[in-house]
Amino acid sequence: MATALAPARTRLDNGVVLLAKQTTATPAVAINLAIRAGSAADPAGGEGMTWLLSRVIDRGTAARSAGAIAEALDGRGVTLAIGVTRHLFSLVCTCLADDFDPVLDLLADVVTSPSLPDAEMATRKGEVVTAIRQDEDNPAVRATEALMALLYPPPHPYGRRTKGSVALVEGFTRDRLARLYAERFTPSALTAVVVGDIETGRAREAAARAFGGWRRPAAPPLAVPSPPPVSGRRRIVVPMMNKAQADIAYGFTAIRRSDPDYYACWLMNHALGQYALGGRLGDSIRERQGMAYYVSSALDANVAEGPLTIRAGVSPANVERAVASIDEELSHVRGEGLTPREVEASRTYLIGSIPRALETNAAIAGFLQTSELFGLGEDYDVRLPGLLRAVTVDAANAAARRLVDPDRATIVVAGPYEGA
Amino acid sequence: MIPMRATTLDNGLKVLVQEEHTAPLVSVWCWYKVGSKDEGPGLTGISHWCEHMNFKGTRNIPRDEVKGIIEQFGGTWNGYTWIDQTAYLETASRDALDRMLFIEAERMANGLYHPDDCESERTVIISELQGGENDPDQLLDQELTATAFKAHPYRNPTIGWLSDLQTMTRDDLYGYYRAHYVPNRATLVVVGDVEADEALRLVDRRFRPIPASTAAAPRRATIEPEQTGERRVTLRRDGTTGYLKIGYHAPAVTDPQFYPLLLLDAVLTGAKGLNLWSSFRVPPPQRSARLYRALVERGLASSISGALLPTAEPFLYVVSATATAGVPLADVEAAALDELERVRRGLITDAELAKAKTQLRARLVFESDSVTNIAHQLGYFETIAEARVIADAPARIGTVTLHDIGAAAQAMLTAANRTIGWFDPLAPGGPDAARPGPIARPAAAAFRA
Repeated sequence: MATALAPARTRLDNGVVLLAKQTTATPAVAINLAIRAGSAADPAGGEGMTWLLSRVIDRGTAARSAGAIAEALDGRGVTLAIGVTRHLFSLVCTCLADDFDPVLDLLADVVTSPSLPDAEMATRKGEVVTAIRQDEDNPAVRATEALMALLYPPPHPYGRRTKGSVALVEGFTRDRLARLYAERFTPSALTAVVVGDIETGRAREAAARAFGGWRRPAAPPLAVPSPPPVSGRRRIVVPMMNKAQADIAYGFTAIRRSDPDYYACWLMNHALGQYALGGRLGDSIRERQGMAYYVSSALDANVAEGPLTIRAGVSPANVERAVASIDEELSHVRGEGLTPREVEASRTYLIGSIPRALETNAAIAGFLQTSELFGLGEDYDVRLPGLLRAVTVDAANAAARRLVDPDRATIVVAGPYEGA
Repeated sequence: MIPMRATTLDNGLKVLVQEEHTAPLVSVWCWYKVGSKDEGPGLTGISHWCEHMNFKGTRNIPRDEVKGIIEQFGGTWNGYTWIDQTAYLETASRDALDRMLFIEAERMANGLYHPDDCESERTVIISELQGGENDPDQLLDQELTATAFKAHPYRNPTIGWLSDLQTMTRDDLYGYYRAHYVPNRATLVVVGDVEADEALRLVDRRFRPIPASTAAAPRRATIEPEQTGERRVTLRRDGTTGYLKIGYHAPAVTDPQFYPLLLLDAVLTGAKGLNLWSSFRVPPPQRSARLYRALVERGLASSISGALLPTAEPFLYVVSATATAGVPLADVEAAALDELERVRRGLITDAELAKAKTQLRARLVFESDSVTNIAHQLGYFETIAEARVIADAPARIGTVTLHDIGAAAQAMLTAANRTIGWFDPLAPGGPDAARPGPIARPAAAAFRA
């Protein structure tokens, strides 16, 4: 087992949380800033606004032009990746340790005083519209988006498209983005994680210098409701006759991350659709029947009840057989259950993979950021093996009966397929 | 840093061991000098298909015990095939080292290739091919490569052409496996929390019994004749978005012009580094790069990229752009060619060169952050050239001058040396809508999982 991460956690007096961890494997530092302002915070009628903000936020500040920011990052070999999930708006990069101070200062400038220039808005809208058009031609994206829209009908935010629609994006103004920024970007919503070849004391001083003067009132709480229950089986087809392969998205609403059964659900999902090449589903659909290059399941236990989604890419001729095989495997898991050997294999793998999952600075930073979002504590890496060991086979099978049921499945097929 | 240990067993297997005590992990890679350039007519895709078969069980690893063999150590395993090479890896806790070596020795000597598994995998691979066809950018990449090369087998997609995948037999696969999976065409790499002497002892015990073989003919490929005029390929199919690619014949990694062109690419599209396994998963720093400013900042393209990949023989330098919705591909192409011509005329500045060098040096640090990535680099370069390429890279990058870049750009960025590809979208279901034909995955690395 690797040494405990034991990050140093500090809360500045304005509410910014800093998590710092020193490593010395490479002379580099990973910086991961996350604001609790993901796409779930898009205003009514403003689907995609947070995404557009993520494209514009680093294109100018009160003190720096877009060109100056680009030069400062490129000149140090730094790629700033800005991402949006349902609940987080993230700015992530890795820099050489020697460049840590100027890069953190630059990122702080971007987070605390973006200028959102009108000219940049116009250019980035063009990029977002193009990305939406690309998504519309992608069967995997179409299937997943349609599944989420069915599982999370309005007003639930999880059913919305993160990038929004072409019509909405074209109508967004700088003022609306500025209002969204002003409401959601506040010190108490920010967690800064620094992992790498930098002493934690120096990281703390740098964070205090970069963010300590930022003063704004806390953002209003964001209430995310539970999705409506699904009582029957639903299935829709998105014909895309210009494509060669069909994508199947088959899913359920599942659980919150805070659910006491989370670890049982995680282990169950791993045995069902992840272990080795896709767990039981992979054994059946890829290995035994040779029907698909990929099939797997994913559990997104989130702030609200996220989905459990099974995805597969198959020839249009095999759509019916693949859906029937998923039904059959889920029925088996609900009925006879997973075997003790399967549960043990997944448990051993998940515990054994922790050192590998926490090998790089960027991976550690991501792990700490997730731990902070869900309030798991700075010792979560140490407690995690025990939490997995405590799951019984009965608990994993109870999780299967709770979460997966072909009679309540929502199924979307997108691709060169028009139905059975 | 502890120096790398290198040795060659009596059977010809090259062994590279690097101690890295930064995490309780070890990564083992086994590399074979076989890739899609070694495939003959009727057998395109066979290298990649063999790679799939080599996860199906061996004489001493029963089929139903494959699953879990490395997962019980919390490990991951995978493989990939590309134009010059096939590679397999395991990364797991350090106590799994001998298990990993056992797996690789079995894979080298004792694959089963059961006929039922061959048939089952045929449809999996055709599914992989069809998944690639769903992506217009991949389709265009494949067509561009096939157009740019008319003689060298780099023109074939790694996944193969559909008709070959439909007709290849189990005997074809097994014969190819036996000819190419031999110790004297392989390199074994061990990187991680190991003691080098102990690791070498374990390697020797597992691999020494495997005999050398000269069954496979020496690798020999037609030299691509010099391109004498611009080529074009235009795909008109249902779609929503236009894509442009411009490919130039480019030198192999051992050519003195490779590093000047790597820096030229950094100036044009941002530095990527040299790690095919990891670097291309992280976008390059490119906001101030020439083509980004010329295309994306002017609203003509929503994204641009460049790829000069290290290869054993001359391959391609490809610049790609996604047209912004509503912008004609002709406008994107004109702006891209204009910028490339400016660079060909030698208008790169000292400041741009300095920035490109800084970027590349940083990327070389970032792409060495795990035992898996370090092991990949040693094996990759030993297979296509020699392992020391990666250690020498910072110094080689440091010595490149503006004059070197100018000379390399003058030679490469000519109209006669380029192939231009368009994916020109037709509105889905419109009167001219085209349906997909039998087009396979582009000549990019075909990863197993």
